[in-house]
Amino acid sequence: MNASRSSLNKVTLALLPVFIALLFTFLVLLIAGANPLAAYGNILAGAFESPRKLADVAVACVPLLLCSAGGLITYAAGLWNIGIEGQMIAGALATTWLINALPLPSYGLLPLSVVAGLVGGALWGLLAGVLRTFGQVNEIFAGLGLNFVAAALTNYLIFGPWKPPDGATMSGTDPFPQAAWMPTLPQARLSPVALILALAAIGAVYVLLRGTHWGLKLKAIGLNPQAARRLGADTTRNMLLAFAVCGALAGLAGSLQATAVYRRLIPQISGGYGYLSLLVILLSGSRAEWVPVVVFFFSVIQVGSPRLELRLQLDSSLGGILQASVALFFLLTRGLRERFGEKKG
Amino acid sequence: MRVELRDIRKYFGPVRANDGISLRVESGTIHGLLGENGAGKTTLMKILSGYQPYDAGEILLDGSPMRFTSPAEAIQAGIGMLHQDPMDFPPLSVLDNFLLGRGKGLGQRRREGRKKLEELCQRFGFGLDPDAPVSSLTVGERQQLELVRLLSLGVRVIILDEPTTGISAPQKELLFGTLRALAQEGLAVIFVSHKLDEVEALCSRVTVLRQGKVAGEVAAPFSSDQLVQMMFNQRLKPSRRTDVPLGEVVLDLQDASVRTYRLNVEHMSLQVRSGEVIGLAGLEGSGQRLMMLACAGLERLAAGRLLIAGQDMTHEPYRRFLEAGVAFVPAARLEEGLIPGLNLSEHVALVSGTGGFFVHWKDAEARAQKMIADFNIVGHPGMLVQELSGGNQQRALLALLPEGLRLLILEHPTRGLDLESTRWIWNKLLQRRERGTAILFTSTDLEELIEYSDRIIVFSGGVMSAPVDAKRITVEELGFMIGGQRL
Amino acid sequence: MTDSLAMVTIGAVIAASAPLVFASIGETLTERAGVVNLSLDGTILLTAMTGFAVAFSSGSLALGFLAAMAVGAVVAFIVAYGSIALGQNQTALGFVLTLLCADMSSFIGNPYVRKPGPSVPHMPIPGLVSIPFLGPVLFNQDAVVYLSYLVIIVSWLWVSRTQPGLRLRGVGERPEAAHARGVAVQRTRYLYTVLGGALVGLAGATYSLSVKLGWSHGHTTGIGWIALAIVIFGGWHPLRVAFGAYLFGALKSLGSLMQPAFPDVPTQVFQAAPFALMILALLLVSGDFTERLLFYLPPRGRRLFNALLRGTPPAALGKPFRPD
Repeated sequence: MNASRSSLNKVTLALLPVFIALLFTFLVLLIAGANPLAAYGNILAGAFESPRKLADVAVACVPLLLCSAGGLITYAAGLWNIGIEGQMIAGALATTWLINALPLPSYGLLPLSVVAGLVGGALWGLLAGVLRTFGQVNEIFAGLGLNFVAAALTNYLIFGPWKPPDGATMSGTDPFPQAAWMPTLPQARLSPVALILALAAIGAVYVLLRGTHWGLKLKAIGLNPQAARRLGADTTRNMLLAFAVCGALAGLAGSLQATAVYRRLIPQISGGYGYLSLLVILLSGSRAEWVPVVVFFFSVIQVGSPRLELRLQLDSSLGGILQASVALFFLLTRGLRERFGEKKG
Repeated sequence: MRVELRDIRKYFGPVRANDGISLRVESGTIHGLLGENGAGKTTLMKILSGYQPYDAGEILLDGSPMRFTSPAEAIQAGIGMLHQDPMDFPPLSVLDNFLLGRGKGLGQRRREGRKKLEELCQRFGFGLDPDAPVSSLTVGERQQLELVRLLSLGVRVIILDEPTTGISAPQKELLFGTLRALAQEGLAVIFVSHKLDEVEALCSRVTVLRQGKVAGEVAAPFSSDQLVQMMFNQRLKPSRRTDVPLGEVVLDLQDASVRTYRLNVEHMSLQVRSGEVIGLAGLEGSGQRLMMLACAGLERLAAGRLLIAGQDMTHEPYRRFLEAGVAFVPAARLEEGLIPGLNLSEHVALVSGTGGFFVHWKDAEARAQKMIADFNIVGHPGMLVQELSGGNQQRALLALLPEGLRLLILEHPTRGLDLESTRWIWNKLLQRRERGTAILFTSTDLEELIEYSDRIIVFSGGVMSAPVDAKRITVEELGFMIGGQRL
Repeated sequence: MTDSLAMVTIGAVIAASAPLVFASIGETLTERAGVVNLSLDGTILLTAMTGFAVAFSSGSLALGFLAAMAVGAVVAFIVAYGSIALGQNQTALGFVLTLLCADMSSFIGNPYVRKPGPSVPHMPIPGLVSIPFLGPVLFNQDAVVYLSYLVIIVSWLWVSRTQPGLRLRGVGERPEAAHARGVAVQRTRYLYTVLGGALVGLAGATYSLSVKLGWSHGHTTGIGWIALAIVIFGGWHPLRVAFGAYLFGALKSLGSLMQPAFPDVPTQVFQAAPFALMILALLLVSGDFTERLLFYLPPRGRRLFNALLRGTPPAALGKPFRPD
């Protein structure tokens, strides 16, 4: 009897931030003069109304899983790698460059594009890492600055050297040649390879952080960098490695967005997934096993929100409000429990 | 002003820090509070000065009961405490520190404050520059500032908590003279210490605490034996140390220099053999720490050479030093030595690995268990290190060291530990020494330096003295060497 | 990014920099108390939208400004409460809020996009305007610009010359010592965080009602992060921070000026420039290699360099304080 009650308690506690966030967003919708229930209904419908839409949810899970997996690594080392967004872009840019540079048709173009994504993202991540470890520039600012630089670089390339022969538009570059299209399911935009890679990534990160020496070193560095160094965990080397690995995973996400989803380079290739993954990490308590759950939840919102614009003339940023407010109330309710729950116990 | 504490009790869970302590200090006297670490002196004084609430008992000033809920209230009532690490603001200037928190209202009243500060400094012979940042002051000078500030706020009871740790001999004389002058003016001075000779020199009455209770109270003149008897309930047994044959040169410093923004230490030359124990003496910030960091590979040499067992390690990174059998144990156990948030098994896995890429947790746990048994650590493998007591943390730090070290460098290895833990730690260190490890350590306890070192080196203002044979120097001589060159 | 001003003169730069001045000085006060409010970018978006929306709907500029300041204060209060009372990480709270406020500004502000709205009236000060050179530059401005001058002067005097300002500095450097002297540490932190937030709200409203009129999605993106960087660049001193704000404003205006002169250079370079500059500025101020450069300067030069460029954060920045 007690066991089921305590697990019920746990579930209630976990869902509490969601309830409060729904309430909060309810109020926001009222302020905006909209019908909250209709809005919620539309989001859910948007995500679940057809098999194709469900596949879209899975498509959204891919970059989110990859970026969260990477972000867990840097977070373990005590770093706020806000530059994930830019690292995603860098991977997409590297992939696009490779596809443009290699003569067609090329056997192994797709695997190479994956490698390009990994390398591009890793390098961009390393750049932030170097600024942090050798320049003492806080990784928040380094990451952010590089995000904006990457975005500007993308715009430059799309409207400049890589523009379509007919003229530059906001739709991005010309579509990639078919040899560079990551195969997807029929009737859906989902690439099984991408999904497998994403799930493998989160699984690998789980093992890495729990059961390897490198994971333990990162954890030590995140808790007490000075002592970790004394005890033999080289802070500089491990932090840079963490930036590189996280960047690689983010770059892979960007690359897959380009080859599997859009099949071209668009201005918003990273789509805010980088920033969103940081929310995922916070909500999952930086535990890899919770990430898929949160990712699914966020992806549903991500896929469902555009419907608001179509059906209710509401801005799709409502989805972002839902996601961010869940994270906010998660932090606040956790704080309330920690500070005021103590008195009961 | 007369201070009286009646039957003060303070419990931290099962620990009885103060178990019914009564104490009376008359105005115009210097009253000593003696006791080993953990006897309850600091807790009691924190209670008296408003930093710590208490569970039972009474505080009376001039016969009237008082209750403070904050240090500021205590100061208003006339009681001020000078902490071992003064509660000041390092980046702010001396004058700013003096003025902060003084009076209500918008203006700082700098001119008034400056005059008052200079007046007080002149009266006691303190040479403080009002515009210098406090971070540039020595510990002794910071004490002087805090003392002057408390006096200017009108305190009539001054509590000093271990004031002579880390100050020079001239500063100590100045402090003692100041305290005598204050007592003559009618203030009540409470002098908390674990140093017998100072208490004997300064105080007219002494209360000895042991394990949270009053072990006794005597008036001057005191006998050291009597005081020791009350502090430990046993006579101090002299330790016996066996002589160990020295081996080959393990550490060779050749005209080495370390330069940092704050301090340069130049022209260090030293040869240390295996099995030797070298004690480094000197005031904080005189260069010992820099020298140790350089020998450990944690600080680059700006000039000269450093050889470990014949290998030139001058420009090698830290991990090469670890591979060469050098280890450094910092003084700040939780801040620099251990990782709060990780447990003992995780520390074991982190430090010595379990073979391969993946961690074998069972293996790590078993080794942690063995470590706990070997080193008498009160805890279990799954315990987070911040939950261990200070003494146990030090044991854990030692236990995590690999076997067969060539050079073991320890920063204040027994700081804050009681006598029993100190003896136990040195026992373990001497065991390593017998197996060939050379030991380099710093300490502010002159007796510890003389007892355990083969040779002692004194640091003063970034200058390393020639090594002195520990068997041929007395505590006084060592004290003079340390304080001699300081202003 | 600023495009509504035709004449690029020093006076225009001062006007365009007013939001940065408000935001960075507000954050300086907050950080001096030991709190980091990372939600700046989102807050400025939200308050810019709020200021414009309220002024648009009510017809009253004053109401718009007040609403924006209130919103800024509320967001800052959440950061303060969440970290001080609830013990959560300030960076996490700030980051989440920055995303939330940005999205809220887009959503609630949707109906107001690209609507023409009120703007702060131009108010040249008679008499002072006639001062040679300084007059037209400093005193031929909008009302808010004069407010920005006031904020700089008052904050500087407050921090360096008053007893409460001294207490503020103490709280940020060593809260235990401040507590020992009877300073109400937590209350001070709340106060300055909320005050800083109100100033950030002022920055947002200034943006949409004076500098870049109107509202659109992502109207002010990036300004908040630059303000945070300016606080570091300015060494947490109000005067140096203000200087940093004007410097950035000048560089951005220089960008718009130079664009027509260099038609070959893509516009994106000028888009990215502020952020690349931000990284460079932080490198200069925090990097170790500049410390090594110091060795080669004569002592006087070293002191000057230190005073102008180097700065250490308040020692207790971001650290929780628990009076036991």
